[in-house]
Amino acid sequence: MSTRPGETLDRGTTPWLLLGALATTLPHAEHQPLWLSALAAVLFVWGGWLWWRNERLPGRWVLALLVAVACGAVLYEFRTLFGRDAGVAMLVVFMALKLLELRSRRDATVVVTLGYFLLLTHYFYSQSIPTGLWLLAAMTLLTATLIRLHGGPSISTGATLRYAGLLTLQAVPFMLVLYLLFPRVAGPLWGLPQDAHSGRSGLSEQMTPGNIANLALSGEIAFRVRFAGLSPERDKLYWRGPVLEYFDGLTWKPQVGRGQPPRIEPLSPPIAYETTLEPQQQRWLLALDAPGPLRPELGLSSALTATSREPLTQRQRFALTATLDYRFNADEEAIVLRRNLVLPRAGNPRARALGESWKAAETDPAVRLRKAMSLFSEEEFFYTLQPPLLGEQPVDDFLFVTRRGFCEHYASAFVFLMRAAGVPARVVTGYQGGEANPVDGFVVVRQSDAHAWAEVWFAGRGWVRVDPTAAVSPARVEAGIAAAMPDGEPLPAMIQLRSNWLRTLLFRWEAVNNAWDQYILGYNPQRQRELLARLGMPDADWRNLAAALAVLCGALLLAIAAWTLYQRPRLDPAARLWQKALRRLARSKVDCAPWETPLALLRRVEGARPALAPAFREVVFAYLQARYGGIPDDLTRLRGALARLP
Amino acid sequence: MGVIADLKRRLFRWRSDGTAPLRLSQRRIFILPTRAGLLFAAALLAMLTGAINYNLALGHALVFLLVGLALTGMVHAFRNLHGLVVAPGRSEPVFAGEVAYFPLHLASDRNTPRLALELRAGKESRSITTAVAAHGLNEAAVPVAALRRGWLDLPRTRLETTYPLGLFVAWSYLQPAMRCLVYPQPLTTPLPPQQPASHSGDQHGDGGQEDFSGFRERQPADSPRHVAWKASARDAGQRPLLVKRFAGGAQAELQLDWSLTPQAAAPEVRIATLAGWVMAAAAEDACYGLRLPGREIAPDSGDLHRHRCLEALALFPA
Repeated sequence: MSTRPGETLDRGTTPWLLLGALATTLPHAEHQPLWLSALAAVLFVWGGWLWWRNERLPGRWVLALLVAVACGAVLYEFRTLFGRDAGVAMLVVFMALKLLELRSRRDATVVVTLGYFLLLTHYFYSQSIPTGLWLLAAMTLLTATLIRLHGGPSISTGATLRYAGLLTLQAVPFMLVLYLLFPRVAGPLWGLPQDAHSGRSGLSEQMTPGNIANLALSGEIAFRVRFAGLSPERDKLYWRGPVLEYFDGLTWKPQVGRGQPPRIEPLSPPIAYETTLEPQQQRWLLALDAPGPLRPELGLSSALTATSREPLTQRQRFALTATLDYRFNADEEAIVLRRNLVLPRAGNPRARALGESWKAAETDPAVRLRKAMSLFSEEEFFYTLQPPLLGEQPVDDFLFVTRRGFCEHYASAFVFLMRAAGVPARVVTGYQGGEANPVDGFVVVRQSDAHAWAEVWFAGRGWVRVDPTAAVSPARVEAGIAAAMPDGEPLPAMIQLRSNWLRTLLFRWEAVNNAWDQYILGYNPQRQRELLARLGMPDADWRNLAAALAVLCGALLLAIAAWTLYQRPRLDPAARLWQKALRRLARSKVDCAPWETPLALLRRVEGARPALAPAFREVVFAYLQARYGGIPDDLTRLRGALARLP
Repeated sequence: MGVIADLKRRLFRWRSDGTAPLRLSQRRIFILPTRAGLLFAAALLAMLTGAINYNLALGHALVFLLVGLALTGMVHAFRNLHGLVVAPGRSEPVFAGEVAYFPLHLASDRNTPRLALELRAGKESRSITTAVAAHGLNEAAVPVAALRRGWLDLPRTRLETTYPLGLFVAWSYLQPAMRCLVYPQPLTTPLPPQQPASHSGDQHGDGGQEDFSGFRERQPADSPRHVAWKASARDAGQRPLLVKRFAGGAQAELQLDWSLTPQAAAPEVRIATLAGWVMAAAAEDACYGLRLPGREIAPDSGDLHRHRCLEALALFPA
């Protein structure tokens, strides 16, 4: 027996709290300013040192000073104390500072609650499987800290952790039920701070030769597609992003403002697919050319770029259709055609002269196009991610001097030549290709599949896609960038893999990730409605859900209570029968005191309840015989005697 | 009023007469969230808002897992009490002004230990924390301040636990029929003058303290003060403890009489004075008797006698 040590904190709890705080703040070091991580580290070490030396904690004014300094630093760094990043920074600072104030049990409770809260903030930055697992472990550690805090030093570390694991395990059914049935609300509830989403890569809105090449080194997934039927050939997979029509001699830019809606004349049956776009802070849906009719909340620009209303800050799914063979704006407006013939007033004289020479020689625009294509396919052009630097006349330099470039160089030079030759042409950026994952059948398109190609307009035929890169390096379009690159070029590790088993492993891992993204992270109000419809509650509102939740959680609570309270009885059969006899005796208002032996009880019964005594005497002797008589299995007499007991 | 009292009696009744061991069942265990639990709930609400606002799927999952954790913690706090057997023990008499301890025997037939069981009698008393090992027994002495002489009943005792998570407190009220005798607080005043014994001395041949007449073996009733330590220590302590014998002479007896106490003083003061005399006389190992209105205890000495005297004083009607 121990008396309660007041509310002061047991010294052995502090290491648990330090560890729990560390586990919940450490992953934030990755995206926090260095000074903040350093400050937190110093405070952690200080707290640990004070504990180790069993020294007094710093006074309140020291802490107040530290809080003020830290708040000032956060304010200086982020220009605010609120918002996502600043908020997380403040939480980390508070957590670290609280470790210098561990005096009472309440302080420890605050640390653990803060730790639980900090767990959530990690999901701002990553919701991947490893993050989830790490946070599950950290949560169990925090729970173990709570157990240690309230249970005192008498249980071992291992037992504490096991108990915390058991509690977590028993909490999982509740989580599943709530996750599936808790009425989901589509966020955000209010305007998100500016920094809610940042640091994602993707296509940009303009193209300067060189910036797609940067993307090509990234193995990050841009989007995943599942076709309703068979996946089309790889060289048909052109995912359209922004269309660039203005050229200032260096950079290609899109046309601003709305034109007439595009007119598509399908020449092949539409194919349906579902695309899941990773967040890229842009509105392009990167639809497969040419997109079919879209849902009303989605838009289609006059240049055939499908867009959503809001920038894609979350991973989002869209059901789309596409026609691979189509006729696009066969009767294009004159203003658009004029726009797509404009070249900068000066610059790149040689390319301009070459184009003009074709225009003079040939009347048929198709022949001029063939001349340009044969220039790329017959002359010595190389496809490379490391093109030499271009001078002030980039197109001339590329076409006549360096002749080494990436898709954007080819698209840019080709469109320049075409415009000079009097053929309306423009640059289209987007993604090309994609790799089918044999494990789950999804086509994965990565940042390294980013591509630029050209579109040329012919009277009567409309806009026609021309991919000059395909003329230089057919492998790029047919087999992907890894196949197109000569050996020795830098490539992202992900797509460099050529060995088979590693590839298989990668496919599996990505399929698991995809399932995670699609079914677990992608569970939204829409999916919840679908699930409820499948469960036979097609028009369940929050009241139905609340009722269902209450019933299910109640049932779970009962099940867990029953499970934890149940203990296998460890009585031997004779003792169990004796207990039964005692219960029956209790019904006749005779209680057996715990210190009473069977014979003593019998004597009392003989005195107090003579009517009961003969039957009970038989039970007592049968029990003593069975239990202590040396004949272990002879229970029949006891059973018979018990049956005769009223 | 009648309804409330009836409800209270129904809710908090102790089975039968309060002397039998009690097994805590779900009917006696109550559960409510603690302040830490409310803080936790507030944090969960904030987290849920954040998860919805930022559309964090795993944030939802985390919040729901923590909700599940709290609910499981509630079940486990309940389990920490459920099935615990509490049996009343025997308490030792104390003096008024001291702390009386009421031992409760806690028995567990669970395979896991029950930790952090907190017991508190009444509202003002100090609480104690105890634990019961798996399939173990433990005795917890519940402290209650003994303020007045007489029988001190164990007030309604609250047995509570917040283990394992501290988010919920499970408690049960115990009302075992236990009482502790509280002696009056002794008032130290000089003893009254000795009076010659009214009986002849030979009846008290053993009890006198005048002429040494030899040794005899010590009996448990003899005060340690009478042990002849020097004589007992001979022969390397092989002998049993010896007690000096005295003989002859008229044994002086103390009569601690109610009428000897200051007449003007309040009854409680007079009782306290008598208690002080009893203690002083017992300290001197004198032979003393106690005379109260309506009650007389013949002169004697020893611990049992002292207890009888003090008990009489404790229960003397004011």
